[in-house]
Formats: sequence, structure tokens, C-alpha cells
Amino acid sequence: MLGALIIVFREVIEAGLIVGITMAVTRGIRGRGYYIAGGVAAGVFGACLVGAFINTISSAFEGVGQELFNAAILGIAVVMLAWHNVWMARHGREIAAQMREAGEAVRTGASTLMGLAVVVAVAVLREGSEVALFLYGILIASAPGSGISLLTGGVIGLLLGACVTVLTYGGLVRIPGRYLFGVTSVLIALLAAGLASQAVGFLEQADVITMLPDQLWDSSNILSDTSILGRVLHTLIGYSDHPSAMEALIYVGTLAVIALLMKLFAHPAPVARAAE
Amino acid sequence: MIRHLANSRRIGAQALSVALMLGHATLSQPAFSQEAPSVKLTLKNHRFEPAEPHAAANKPFAIEVTNLDSTPAEFESKTLRVEKVIAANSTVSVQIRALAPGRYRFFDDYHEDTTEGFLVVQ
Repeated sequence: MLGALIIVFREVIEAGLIVGITMAVTRGIRGRGYYIAGGVAAGVFGACLVGAFINTISSAFEGVGQELFNAAILGIAVVMLAWHNVWMARHGREIAAQMREAGEAVRTGASTLMGLAVVVAVAVLREGSEVALFLYGILIASAPGSGISLLTGGVIGLLLGACVTVLTYGGLVRIPGRYLFGVTSVLIALLAAGLASQAVGFLEQADVITMLPDQLWDSSNILSDTSILGRVLHTLIGYSDHPSAMEALIYVGTLAVIALLMKLFAHPAPVARAAE
Repeated sequence: MIRHLANSRRIGAQALSVALMLGHATLSQPAFSQEAPSVKLTLKNHRFEPAEPHAAANKPFAIEVTNLDSTPAEFESKTLRVEKVIAANSTVSVQIRALAPGRYRFFDDYHEDTTEGFLVVQ
């Protein structure tokens, strides 16, 4: 039972963290609950579909369908997160003004809600499909009796994943409003960079990217990225215990591109705004 | 698009190897047998067979894993940089880059306790 619990929990941590962050980012927006719940529901549905059709996906594209699929959905998440940050860089000032005037909670625009809902859906889908396959395996293979115990472990693992969401959200909303935007921007940029380098990992596995394949370091003895803490850091800052040079390059590159876009599309200078 | 790229690269590689073979056919026979060596593994009762396969160092190869169990598995190795789901009763193949000699640990992520194996690269 404990084994099943840990396997499931390890898989759902990533989705749990991402849902928690998006909830903190969208605090105060009307209807955000529907978007995020919709994202989770779409992700669960998608995860079951992926689990059911894993053979078809695997054999697509001459046997590298799984890798390309994972890389593609991670890529979508990266774009949505980057877009959210750029949008916030542009409108952060107005939002801050609103906050001062109305004393409201931090608000992001409804236009990025859809993007964040997609991020949630993708996060749930990716990890969820592995959970779905694992639980399905338990259901069909276990001897009578032991199946119940394993399944209980799996369900507790899922519930612990939900606790991660609650903790992440609870932690983030404690941050005073004027800092929250800065903190979540950094969090989302790091998250996006980590997901981008994961996507590259899958493309390397598919033999699509073959440049700079050398492993930069192996820190699995110090902090394995399959341990609970390693997994959390893996999601939050893209920690890997055995990155390739290409993955590291993409990580840094993604951070640089997001920072550059945020600067380029930042709100107009104060003088220009005063004339509006 | 990606499939096209992969294809054109494969065709390029094939053309290259054909050219090499034509050039060296009279000199070196083994060139023929070096096309895509692959390591075959089966997974049965949540155990890998063989548990210690061997592969040659410093050249790319493929690992073909056949899951004979009725449950899905996830073939995973940190050091080989592989993470791939295998449905019940099916086979997947993964490309492995050229490796330095050593022992590379792999396992089924869903049954890590019984499925440990090592790829011995010499």
C-alpha cells in the first residue's frame, strides 16, 4: 500500500504544485474557479484517454510518438506560462493601481485565465496518464484482497497531491500583495524553464535533438530527482540530477527569452501613461 | 514535419553508410553487421530478462523492451536518460546514445522493487 501511495504521490506532486500556483496567481478573478476546475477535469479526461490509447501513441511517428507527445504538451505549457508573464509585465502596473484603489486582492486579467487553465490541464494530463496506467495495472493484476490495499494507497497518494495544492496556495497567498506579482513571475518563469528542459529531454530521447548530449553532472547521490524533495524542486525550479548540456542550455535560454519578452512588452513608461 | 526531419536524417545516414560500405566492402566485412545493433529485454512477472544485458561502448544502439505482463510498465533509467511507458503485452524501442563503459541501472518505475537491472557497457 505504501509503495502505491508513494508512486502515485510522486506523480501528482507536479500537477499539485502547478494547480496551487495558478490558483494563487488568479486570486480575486471572478470565475477563476471554473477555469481551473475545468482545466483539472480536462486533464483527468485527457489522462484517461492517453492511458487507453498508449499503444497507438507509442507506435506513432515510427515509435517515438510518446516522446513527441510529451514534448508537445510540455511545449504548450511553456508558451502559456511565458505568455502569462509577459501579459502581467504589461498590465502589472494597472493591476497594482487597482489594488491600491479598491484594496482588492491581486488580479490578473481574465484573458490569461484560459492560458492558465490550459497549463493546469496539461500538467494534470501528463502526470495523470502515468497514474491512470499504474492504477489500471493494479486493478487488473492484483490478487483479490491486495488490490484494495494498493488502490487505497493510490487514492491516499492522490489526496496528498491535493494537499500539495492547498499548501502551495496557502503559502503563496500569505505573501503581501505588492510582492506577490514579483514572486509569482519568478516562480512561473522558473517553472516554464524547467518544463522546457523536460521537453528537450523527451526530444533527445526521441533522437530528434542530438546536439550537446553530454551529461553535465550526476547529483543523484546528493538529491535524487525521484525523491519527494527532488520532485518538488524538479517542478518548481527544474532541478535535474543528471541534465544534458542541451537541457541546461534550453533552461537558461528559456529564462532569458521570458525575461527579454517581459522587458520588451513591459508597460509604457510613466510619462506616457500620465498623458493618457 | 518532425517525422520528415527524422526520415531525411535517416535517409542521409543510410546514404552515408551505403557509401561507406561501397568504399570499404572489400576491406572490412564487419561494416555490414554494425547496422543498428539492439539489446532485447523482456519483462515478465515484473522481472527483466536478461537482468544484466551487455552492449558495446562508444556507439549508439537501441534497446527493445517487450512487456509480457498484463500490466503496463514504465521503462526508466536515469543514467541512460530513458523514461517510456510500455503497455501490457507490447514492445517499445528506445535509441541510446553512444555510452562510456560502465554499469547503467534501469527499472520499471511501477515495480522498482523487483525490476532492477543493469546494462553492462564494455
